Amino acid sequence: MMDLLHWDGTLSAKDFRIGAVAFAQKWESLNFAFPPWVWVPCPKHPWLASPEEEGYLSMEKICISRLNEEDIDQTTQIDTDEEEASCSGNKDVIDDATLVQRNHHELHYYDFHIVYSNTFRVPVLYLRAYCSDGQPLQLDEIEKELPTCSSKELSKSKWTFITQEEHPHLKRPWYKLHPCGTGEWMKLLFLNDTAQPKFEVVLELYLLSWFSVVGQVVGLRIPFKMLNDR
Amino acid sequence: MEAQKYVWDGAIPLQIHLHESQILAPRIGYLPLLASLLKPYFSSTLPPGVDTIWFDYNGLPLKWYIPTGVLFDLLCAEPERPWNLTVHFRGYPGTVLIPCEGEDSVKWSYINSLKEAAYIMNGNCKNVMNMSQSDQLELWHSVMNGNLETYQRVSSKLKLATVEDEHTSLCSSKSQQGFGETDLAGQVKTGRVPVRLYVWSVSEDFDDLEDMPKVDSWEKISYINRPVEIHKEDKCFTLHDALKILVPEFFSNDLMNVKSAGVDFEDALRIPSEDVSSDKVVEDHVQNAYEHREACSISSSAEIKLIRIQGIEPKLEIPFSWVVNNLMNPDYFLHICVCVKVPQQNST
Repeated sequence: MMDLLHWDGTLSAKDFRIGAVAFAQKWESLNFAFPPWVWVPCPKHPWLASPEEEGYLSMEKICISRLNEEDIDQTTQIDTDEEEASCSGNKDVIDDATLVQRNHHELHYYDFHIVYSNTFRVPVLYLRAYCSDGQPLQLDEIEKELPTCSSKELSKSKWTFITQEEHPHLKRPWYKLHPCGTGEWMKLLFLNDTAQPKFEVVLELYLLSWFSVVGQVVGLRIPFKMLNDR
Repeated sequence: MEAQKYVWDGAIPLQIHLHESQILAPRIGYLPLLASLLKPYFSSTLPPGVDTIWFDYNGLPLKWYIPTGVLFDLLCAEPERPWNLTVHFRGYPGTVLIPCEGEDSVKWSYINSLKEAAYIMNGNCKNVMNMSQSDQLELWHSVMNGNLETYQRVSSKLKLATVEDEHTSLCSSKSQQGFGETDLAGQVKTGRVPVRLYVWSVSEDFDDLEDMPKVDSWEKISYINRPVEIHKEDKCFTLHDALKILVPEFFSNDLMNVKSAGVDFEDALRIPSEDVSSDKVVEDHVQNAYEHREACSISSSAEIKLIRIQGIEPKLEIPFSWVVNNLMNPDYFLHICVCVKVPQQNST
């Protein structure tokens, strides 16, 4: 029987895989306007066939948008089919989503990966952003699209909040949200739950709870009522 | 402490093309820090514009955040002296290398690695985060200038729990923090050691290391950034044991008796889940064993050919604690380069 009090808020690699599958399923069943998270298996060595255990979660080609004052009711989502850049409105699902539209209607796309960190034993959010022509966005451009509190945090600690690092699997430069402290606030999240769930339940909800906090940094909010639906 | 001094004094002669200049690059340093040494040679030949220094070896852009000595051990099968590198001041390969804005970028990369190491050893990065500005600068400068004395003085203030071993002790035992997780009696049980492992593969045996094919892409190198869990009581934990945990797929002969730091595969399944934290340790060991068996069935003839740490090839029987304490880099990570022979693939 797991004792939440002695838990440090972290996960083993195996638990991450289980939690990731549960998260992807829950995400899809909650019927967001976002595309599903996909588990991407990744070989440990280039020559070794990949066991299913190692990999990461991926959700790509998301159009993060910022609202103009007049368009407060409009929200945006992107289809997984990149040819149709459709923008359907569904104000009940996403609040605070915003549309960035430059003068020439430039749309920005984001790829999100949730990767396990062996060091911190928690999930870590990796992201990259680019224009419709594939041109990558720099950190200062991404900063402009983040919610105000995030960009403030970013300007305070340039080197520690969002850093550009090598993606552990793809070996290309990606941006990463620093995971230091994740274990601590994850533990608090669950401790605050009066229901005192078993570890199996904690594991099932771990990534969803984690993403409800971390997603906000990059402007992706999950409505609370969905979180409470267990 | 002799060994550590040798490591810090270790340097690789580099010959930089564009100009026949030869300089000594500290093993524990980073290539972009050589910019100030190199600029004078090239300033007259550079066109106007902003300079961003980067290096390549045989066409492979070198990752600037990997210590120079590690790059050399990894990419130069037969150690070339001097090591022939090409320096560039323009045309930074931004799709392959993360940006480098000079000394600051290198410093922050170092500090972040240090934080990561601190987290691994102590369970938090508070000691690094709470460093005074002046201490942080002093520490960084000691690394930049290869000043071991200053480095030891400032880094000991961090009270980073190093692995204890009978042969060397980094700090006096009184000020040493116990590390890892404690059981109810307050005894220190296990600890985690920061390790970065780089694996390059070859498909056949070579009589001469010189004949080995050069690495032409970073995709061909496996990078494993994973701490090694050790039990404090286990004084016999060797480098071999550590490697078996990190890359069990390279040790096919021990399939039946998978032991990782004293935990048996069969026993692990029977341990009741009382303590959550030990659960995680057990789980990881079980997972290692699982991975091991799976991997063995996939590639049972992967064979370790070479292991290099700080330019030396240590015997696998050496106690891991000695290796860590004496051969780690200033970021408190032990960087290990491994060459492995894999069976020829019929299809890729």
